[in-house]
Amino acid sequence: MWVFLASEAMFFGSLITTYMLYKDRTANGPGPTDIFDIPFTSVSSFVLLMSSLTMVLAHDGAVKRDEGRMRLWLLATAMLGTVFIGGQVFEFTSFVSEGMTITTSPFSSSFYLLTSFHGIHVTVGILFLLGLYTLSRLGRLPMEDDIRVDMIALYWHFVDIVWIVIFTFVYLIPVG
Amino acid sequence: MATTSIERSATLRRPSSKTGLVGWLTTVDHKKIGILYGMTAFAFFIVGGIEALLIRMQLAGPNGDVLTAEVYNQLFTMHGVTMIFLVIMPMTAAFMNYVMPIQIGARDMAFPRLNAMSYWLFLLGGLFLNSSFLFGQAPSGGWFGYAPNSLFAYNPGPGMDFYAVGLQILGIASLASAVNFIVTILNLRAPGMTLLRMPVFSWMTFVTAFLLLFALPVLAVGLFELTADRILGTNFFDVGKGADPILWQHLFWVFGHPEVYIMILPSFGIVSEVLPVFSRKPLFGYAAVVFAGAAIAFIGFGVWAHHMFAAGLGPIANTGFALSSMVIAVPTGIKIFNWVATMWGGRIRLTAPMLFAIGLVAQFTIGGLSGVTHAIAPHDYQQTDTYYIVAHFHYVLFGGGMFGIFAGLYYWWPKIFGRMLNETLGKLNFWTMFVGFNLAFFPMHMSGLWGMPRRTYIFPPGMGWDLMNLLSTIGAFTIAFAVLVFIVNAVRSHRVGEEATGDPWDGRTLEWSVESPTPEHNFHETPIVHSRDDWWNTKYEEDTQGRPVRVPAGAADDGEQLDVGARERGIHLPDPSYWPLVVAIGITVIGYGIVFLRPQGPASNQWSAGGILFIVLGVVTLLSGYFGWVLEPLEEPGGDDH
Repeated sequence: MWVFLASEAMFFGSLITTYMLYKDRTANGPGPTDIFDIPFTSVSSFVLLMSSLTMVLAHDGAVKRDEGRMRLWLLATAMLGTVFIGGQVFEFTSFVSEGMTITTSPFSSSFYLLTSFHGIHVTVGILFLLGLYTLSRLGRLPMEDDIRVDMIALYWHFVDIVWIVIFTFVYLIPVG
Repeated sequence: MATTSIERSATLRRPSSKTGLVGWLTTVDHKKIGILYGMTAFAFFIVGGIEALLIRMQLAGPNGDVLTAEVYNQLFTMHGVTMIFLVIMPMTAAFMNYVMPIQIGARDMAFPRLNAMSYWLFLLGGLFLNSSFLFGQAPSGGWFGYAPNSLFAYNPGPGMDFYAVGLQILGIASLASAVNFIVTILNLRAPGMTLLRMPVFSWMTFVTAFLLLFALPVLAVGLFELTADRILGTNFFDVGKGADPILWQHLFWVFGHPEVYIMILPSFGIVSEVLPVFSRKPLFGYAAVVFAGAAIAFIGFGVWAHHMFAAGLGPIANTGFALSSMVIAVPTGIKIFNWVATMWGGRIRLTAPMLFAIGLVAQFTIGGLSGVTHAIAPHDYQQTDTYYIVAHFHYVLFGGGMFGIFAGLYYWWPKIFGRMLNETLGKLNFWTMFVGFNLAFFPMHMSGLWGMPRRTYIFPPGMGWDLMNLLSTIGAFTIAFAVLVFIVNAVRSHRVGEEATGDPWDGRTLEWSVESPTPEHNFHETPIVHSRDDWWNTKYEEDTQGRPVRVPAGAADDGEQLDVGARERGIHLPDPSYWPLVVAIGITVIGYGIVFLRPQGPASNQWSAGGILFIVLGVVTLLSGYFGWVLEPLEEPGGDDH
């Protein structure tokens, strides 16, 4: 998993580089300062960060062989992730209604590609979490073998960290 | 082999057939997957070779009229893409799959089903790319598909969509393999097999896997951006909207230059196995060879812009990249000198694998030296996009990469198929290929320096290029003859070849310690490794002058056995599975959906219903494959997963 995440780091690194190159190329469309709603995105970022906390609690449940506690926090993590995705959908919708679509400018293209790839990673993470929950419900997740919980927790934290980087580079640096 | 399985549910039963078609479709055995990789890549080698012959027929003389410009563009693009992604990489993957686990004393890869998925994605991705010929247009933008030139406005038709999506599919395959190789090498080595006792081929597998891991995602981003531009109408490469015209070049070459080492390092590994065996000496400077390989990989990430000297990056960037490009010649030189020193004073047996290995050393040196000439930026201005470049990269990739692969084919053939290849035919194969190769590509140095541009489908008479081109064409057909000799040899070996013993070459590494062909579970007992070249050291001791003396049979100390009676107890091997194939089919179907989504280009409002249908079908197949994979019963609790 560590090996795979190293590869993912290069992937997001390239996407962020493209974005940094293009953040001022707005082709007369809206730019970062015109369109970002920093308070709103800060709240959804906070939600995602909290999901790392619940993930830790779920993992702790797994380590302590407490399956009920693990399931509870898995569900909580998945729910926070879903709230974040909901926020992203809302944000995209409002940007489109303000006249910034994916084809508007190099800035908008790189913004949407970067953030939606992150969104896809969160979605895949939610599917992993629900998969774990289902396996555990079916009694197919032996507690003495929690490598899967380990790996998915690691993945989830990685996706969170990537969001911190994206939030800094995409939202805060151009505006600040 | 015994499968002491736990209870299985009837609905999710894993296939158990080991033979016949189902056996091949569901196999997770690294050896069978290796053979599949090799055979498929060889078939693509013939396809790419025919494309090369058509190109050379067109260029045999001035004003050739065999091909039109459009077809010519498609052929040189597909020749490059095929040889790089569908021949050299998977051929080396074939050896990595087959040989590496045995060399490190493992029974299989860390993730056997993931390994099968990589193979199916490679096969389907290759067919996907080549199917573009059936849909009227193959990719025609060169193997590096420079954007904005590859955007819909300049290159309409499905060709470049096939390119972008096809490479993405192949990329997933390689990425999965890379993770698999790294985890296998880190976790499944036999007891005593420390990293610095590992055979050099396994080391180069390890290094190559890291290169793939860090280079491929960058290409993936470039391809996603290209696909989005072509299908959704985004503006990553649309200069009219203010995009940067060389963004693609940067992204592509950050991948593309490490890719060069991805292709050559495995062949370096093969040669580092072959030369010591046929010189009857240990590899000279083992640690230096290993670290030079790692250094090449590391520096390889810092030289990409030497492909772009002529793009106008400015003197500072050009100087920096020129220096780093020259530095990379140092570890490469270390390897060459170590190989020469390995042969020095050895008792050399000039068998077919040895000849190919020596061929690599000589020809790669020529290619490496011409490479240093383009590291000099002003010199490069003169050579960019001429046939000199074509000569250079064929010397490193064919003269280096393919010769190494042929060395590996002749070397490991008896181990893989249990029969020897004919030596006389092997030597004929080598000499015709060696002469043909040099006849085809050496004159390109001249025609290039005399100003002949690459990728031109026609050239006028009276430029002084006629003779050189004719020689290149004759050389290309000589190579084709050499490949035919190999095919004859392979078929002959299958019919009447001499049966191979377990150790026909008097080898040094663990794969020669088991029977040929390798038994399904690789080792009857897990080997315990005491030294580098462990198998050699169980056969030979040194006398007072340091000469090898054979240890009498049976006297070797093999008292230690980790799992005595493993044969009686039965050895756990992973069960076959359908799901890797299902997942690969799902991904490929999605690929077709994407290609046909917007047949009229991004500016139109037309979305094809067929494209959407294919995407939906593909996603459903992919998800069912995924869930089948996860929910499939493992043979024991705590067995392999994803």
